[in-house]
Amino acid sequence: MDRLLFGDNQFFGVNHMSEEKARIQSLRFRDIQAIYAVLDAAYEEGVKTFMCTTHDRVEEICERVRTNPDKYPDYQFFPCMPYAHKYANAATEEGIIGAIRRFSPEEGFLSAAIRGGVSLASKDVDGIVRLLIDAEMKMFRNLRTPVIFLQNVVVDFVLGLGMTQTFKVFADHIRSRYNAEPGFITMNMPRLVPELLGIGIENPIVCSNINKIGFRMCGGFKAYEETLRNYKFRAIAMSVYASGSIPPEEAIRWVCDQPNIKSIVFGASSRANIQSTKGLVDKYWTGATANDLNI
Amino acid sequence: MIRVHPNVDIAAVCDTSKILLSIMEKKTGIACYSDVNQMMNDTKPDAVLIATPSRHHESLVRLALENAAHVFCEKPFCLNWASSNELAALAESKGLINQVGYHYRFVAAFREMKRLLSLGAIGTVSHVLAEAYGPVVLRPKGKSWRSKKEEGGGCLYDYAAHPINLLGWFFGRPSSISGTVINTVFSDDTDDEVYGTMRFGSGPSAQISVNWSDESYRKMTVKMTAWGTAGKLYADRQEFHAFLRNESPQVDGYTKGWNIRYTTELTDPVWFYVRGEEYSAQLDYFIQCILAGERDNLNSFASAAETDYALALMTEDATQGRVTSAVPSPVLARKKSFFRG
Repeated sequence: MDRLLFGDNQFFGVNHMSEEKARIQSLRFRDIQAIYAVLDAAYEEGVKTFMCTTHDRVEEICERVRTNPDKYPDYQFFPCMPYAHKYANAATEEGIIGAIRRFSPEEGFLSAAIRGGVSLASKDVDGIVRLLIDAEMKMFRNLRTPVIFLQNVVVDFVLGLGMTQTFKVFADHIRSRYNAEPGFITMNMPRLVPELLGIGIENPIVCSNINKIGFRMCGGFKAYEETLRNYKFRAIAMSVYASGSIPPEEAIRWVCDQPNIKSIVFGASSRANIQSTKGLVDKYWTGATANDLNI
Repeated sequence: MIRVHPNVDIAAVCDTSKILLSIMEKKTGIACYSDVNQMMNDTKPDAVLIATPSRHHESLVRLALENAAHVFCEKPFCLNWASSNELAALAESKGLINQVGYHYRFVAAFREMKRLLSLGAIGTVSHVLAEAYGPVVLRPKGKSWRSKKEEGGGCLYDYAAHPINLLGWFFGRPSSISGTVINTVFSDDTDDEVYGTMRFGSGPSAQISVNWSDESYRKMTVKMTAWGTAGKLYADRQEFHAFLRNESPQVDGYTKGWNIRYTTELTDPVWFYVRGEEYSAQLDYFIQCILAGERDNLNSFASAAETDYALALMTEDATQGRVTSAVPSPVLARKKSFFRG
């Protein structure tokens, strides 16, 4: 796992601080060539992992990498599934079950189950989970995807409901079918990590907001610090700049001082910003690095 | 997420979907019911959360109150505002905590707007623009209850309710409503856009502009803009802008001219996060009100009944007969003769 992972929020009109900024970015990246240019700049600067949602437009990026293997010899994707808005919008139109049905490749089975009003056995539910994973993974065929993430909306929803065995279903399927490591994105890291360890997911990869001002670090700053110190897991820090509210140098210096963080995922819209983050990380991250993971 | 609240034990869940219940029962171990009466009898809960299609709110809230349970009900409260008032009185008479899920009152930027309005930071408020847009209905077909008027679906009750509820929070009950337009864009069976004018006695006027068939927004976006003699305020879910005209405004941390506050600095941390602090914050507030016996709830049934009343007035205003122009307007008539001439 690389020290720096390149995120995709900036490409798809997501900005946690300002809708106006998000709109400007979405205009800027309306033409996919603009996305390619930034991804290429990141690659040239040595940021070779793209941590991305299963957004429709990512499919085009996948196709480009797939058809240009010489240009991107060691490019890798960390898919994050599902692209939540796709499901959320479908759920408002058709209800939760309708949304699952729309994106499920074997629609027939589920439609029949719903029409018949039958109850599902536990193994059927697990089967649906696996089908949905496979549907999301289609766009990454023949590409390197060494870590595959479950998005925070789903992780935190499942965690909140206490359906934690579902994490095991996800982890097992990711390992056996894709020969990859499962990863979990969360806004509730101190609560998630013990749960994952408790159901037998050892040394899990967990991505969460970790920033100096405690922005969206639910459970509290102190709980994050304690979890980082006391549990065996591989932490990935996101929102290290808290959507731009912490000056870059201060933000990176602080993150690099925290124990147990293996990678930082960051978004940038220009080569200059990529260089800036990379430069700061090279400067302040002097201890043991994530590269010892060998994945 | 209520399950992971430190002060809450989930006694049971009730739903009509067999498939959903079977998943819940097998994967969470929570007791599941399809008969709400049986659930209430068996579990005798301290509190009930109601998140059903809006049409069922009235009967379910009544059942919960009659069983002496505190109630959190999703918005809108009741489709008939007289029932809303009646249930508000019933909850009060029984001394039960009652809350409706108007979560925008828990969004930091709107709370900051409310605070500055209360402090008189922009002087006398003359006008407010209350907006909500989002991509809910983008094609003629829709299968969920939200696309059915009789279920309580529709842009008025689902979307416009939010900015109208915020107007009520800021300025109280509207004294008059006029110019209401409730239109369909794609839906066969319900409304997709709502526009109208409200007046608040000697206070401000407000314009409402709501459209849930607007794909230019990635997700639901509520915006409030207020103009006053001493400045202007703007809030959405993520940011708060204040333009203040006074040399030394009487608000800590604010200066003359533009001031911008972002959610990153305004928002208080919550105990658990899924899709926004405000959802966690409103549930925690409900629980804390129960624990403290605090009856003066920010989103009480009574306050939600005021919103239901405003929604009913808008419906009435939109559907009452209009004076229509029977003869060509003078301008058109003149033009006609001009071309003839």
